[in-house]
Order: sequence, then structure tokens, then C-alpha cells
Amino acid sequence: MKNLVILGAGTAGTMMASHLIKKLNKSEWKITIVDQYKTHYYQPGFLFLPFDTYKPEDVKKTIDEFIPKGVKLVREKIESIDKDSDTVLLDTGEKLKYDILIIATGTKTAPGEVEGMLGDYWYKTIFDFYTFEGALALRDKLKTWKGGKLVVHITEMPIKCPVAPLEFAFLADSFFLNKGMRDKVEITYVTPLSGAFTKEKCTTALTYLLKDKNIKIVPDFAVEHIDGENGKIVDYGGDEVPFDLLVTIPTNMGDEVMARSGFGDDMNYVPTDKHTLQTTVKENIFAIGDCTNVPASKAGSVAHFQAEILTENILLYIDGKELKPDFDGHANCFIETGHGKALLIDFNYEYEPVKGKFPFAGIGPLNLLTESRLNHWGKLAFRWIYWNMLLPARKLPFITPKMSKAGKNFN
Amino acid sequence: MEKVYAGKSVSVDSNGYLTDLSQWNKEIAIEIGKEEGIEEVTPKHFEVLAYLQEQHKKDIALTIRGVGKSGIVDIKELYALFPKGPLKISSKMAGIPRPKSCI
Repeated sequence: MKNLVILGAGTAGTMMASHLIKKLNKSEWKITIVDQYKTHYYQPGFLFLPFDTYKPEDVKKTIDEFIPKGVKLVREKIESIDKDSDTVLLDTGEKLKYDILIIATGTKTAPGEVEGMLGDYWYKTIFDFYTFEGALALRDKLKTWKGGKLVVHITEMPIKCPVAPLEFAFLADSFFLNKGMRDKVEITYVTPLSGAFTKEKCTTALTYLLKDKNIKIVPDFAVEHIDGENGKIVDYGGDEVPFDLLVTIPTNMGDEVMARSGFGDDMNYVPTDKHTLQTTVKENIFAIGDCTNVPASKAGSVAHFQAEILTENILLYIDGKELKPDFDGHANCFIETGHGKALLIDFNYEYEPVKGKFPFAGIGPLNLLTESRLNHWGKLAFRWIYWNMLLPARKLPFITPKMSKAGKNFN
Repeated sequence: MEKVYAGKSVSVDSNGYLTDLSQWNKEIAIEIGKEEGIEEVTPKHFEVLAYLQEQHKKDIALTIRGVGKSGIVDIKELYALFPKGPLKISSKMAGIPRPKSCI
């Protein structure tokens, strides 16, 4: 009997278990998935928790219910990976031998990386919404907040779901407008990048959103420390942005297992071939989703596309055949713009998001890079798709792992 | 589009970033530095540029924190070398693309 071990039962790991249980010969392969936690969160839903649009119960289910029959779930913390002996060491001291290892340990916020972020003001005037706890603490704060300077802030790239901070700013505009207190709130968006939009066609198509919603942009701001007492964030160049309420996206980092195992980059991401998803650590170790260092967006849609390609490559690897360099960086995301509307973007390593129709060329029904109510309904419907289609690895109709150029206006 | 730096015509994007790293040389970096208000390009600047180019060739997304952990400079020194948007300016001088998000 051979062993395939998956580390992490989040979006990517669960999808891999669901794919592989259907493809691998059960008399030859035993699949084990390791995760220390009990809850599977629908992370895209965290964006809606602070505004009370989603309730806590809308975004959580148990990990167990998505682990397919025939896959063994081990609920233990991972200590390290010993690539030389093909072994995963668990916190309990138990060892798991593997023939193939798939790392799907994701990325998480590391608020301790910036001085002054954690401390007396954390969850008092400084919040994140990338964690369940943070999103709920922020919801409670927003219920009674009287207004003032709201600063939405990205510490540094890369982050999970790079559009979520902007969506938060858009939804905040709607939220305060609906509460009849928009005139009491000043919204500022602070980014380490050169602007809220960094790609040419997005900048042209979307800059109006910031103006219409009266959101001020502070670009090129790399935070050095946060002064909670005086309510300001300070960058390395000495510039300051004052806040009454700071919603920050802390530094995102990969799992510390990588550091303990002696591989992983400065941010604990796994060095991975961006087209085959085989790691450069060892040929029998693969990686998928947010834990890799590939220059794709850290997002569920990316993990979904990767899962189809990685499944094929695992089968090729088992057969001793050459892997296919098929992952093209494809991502597909709805972007909430507030007031019941959303955008849809579809892009990959090579092609930036452009206008057009999706998924059917010339027909749609979804419009790319253009606000619509239908896109907003698409975003809300996606929660059902996530639990019922994505995690069990059911094929999504008409949506291919590789990006399609059809129906897009590149010029 | 094309732009002439140090007497050499190179292809650049709409923000003036080189689109082909093989066209890069040190004189070009010095001229871009001048445009960005860096009067003197020191060996330390070039060490950072070389690091960025190496990371770019390995397809690794650049972060200020990553440069800070590179062992070449810490983040404060990076700011001192490339004031006002260090990654943006150093990337331009290194002849690699501007740091981008997905939109």
C-alpha cells in the first residue's frame, strides 16, 4: 500500500482529497489528510461579517463533513516535514510516512510582524477582518461607532484575496450611507502599491469608483509602526496617516512548518514550480493554494483551477510520466462594489483583467470588469457553489482551469 | 513603446518600466535613478538592484519585507537608498516590472 498525505484540510487540501479519492486506485493508495482544526470557514464570507450581511453560522461548517469517505482525517498539529526520509512528524511524536506529499497549509495573518499592531488597541480601534474573530469584533465595533476617520490599510503584499480590502472600503461606503452617517465618516485607503489599481485596464475602468464613493487613496505607504495611542500609522519615510478606526490587513505568511522543516522562503511560502505545482523541495512533494510562492493571486478560485491541474500531474507522476506545465495563473473573482453591485474579473499570469463577457463569448450573461447586479448575485450564489461544488470537486460547467481568451476585449 | 536611456533605445511600458530585462545595463539604471531624484547611485544601490533582478528571474513576488530580510539592507536602509516608494523606484531602476496587484 502506498501513502499519499495531504497537509491542510482547507479549500485546497479538501479539494485535492475529493479529486484524488475518485482517481487513485483504492487497493494501491491510502490517502491521509492532516489538519489540527475542527472548523472549515468559508473565508470569502469574512468580508460580509463586519457589516452583518452574513451571520457567523453562514461561514462555518465542520472540516469532517467535507472529507470524502475513504480518506483518513488526522486531527493533529504538524511539527515538521523530513524530506529526506519522506516523513511528516506530528506534534504528538507520531510519524506519517508518505510516497507523495501535497502541502496545502495556506497562509495566515501575522499581526505581530508590525510594531504596535497587536497590543492595547487591537480589537479596540485596530481590527482585521481576515480572521473569523477579527471580522466579528469589527462587526461589534461598527454597530456603535459614531464615525470619524476610517482607514483601510494593507500592510504589504502578497495577501490572500488581494481585492478584499478594496471591497471592504466599497462596502463600508454603502454601509454608512445606509445608516445615514456617511457624512460623518472619512474613508481612506492606504496601500504599499502605487495605487488602488495597478493594472492599466483596471485603472481606466475602475478609478471612477473611488471618486464616486469619496474614498481617499494614500499610495506607496509601507507601514513601519502603528501608534495606537495617538491613532496613526507611520511609514518608513516618516509619513503619517491618522485614524479613529483602523481596518488593517496584517502581513500574510505561510505556515511555520516550512521554517521548522528547513525550506520555505522568507515568508514561509513553499518554493513551487508555477506551472506544474511540483515543489522545488523534492520531486515527490507538491504544493497548492495559498501556501505556494507562485506569483498567482492567493484565492479560492486559483486553488480550484490548480486542483484540477495538480490532480492530473499527480497521476502523471505516479505513472512516471512528464508533468504538464498547465497552470497558467488563472483566477476568477467577483469584486463587491457596494449598493448591491459587483464586478467580475478573469485573468492569468499573462493577461490582465479586461472587459468582455463571461463565460460565453458575446453572450455572458456575466459582464467582465463592469459593475452589475447580476455579478453581485453571482458572488452571493458562490457560497452555495463553494460548499456543494468546489469542495466535493464537482466540475463547474463552462469554466475551464486554463483561462479562456474568448469573449474578451484585449484592445 | 520605446525610450532612450544612456544613448540606448529600450522598450518600456506606459509607466516607463523596462519590458525586457536583457536590454538593461548600469548606465540605464543611473539615468532612471536621476529621473526619480536619486543623484548618486552607489554600489549599495546596485547590490539591491541585483537582488531584485535575481528574485524576478526566479518568479518570486517582491516585498519590502523580503528585501529587508535579504541580508543586503534592512527596510530603513532601503528607504534611505530609494526614498518615496522604494520598491517602485528600485524595480524601475532594476529594469523589472512595477509591483502589481491583480487589478
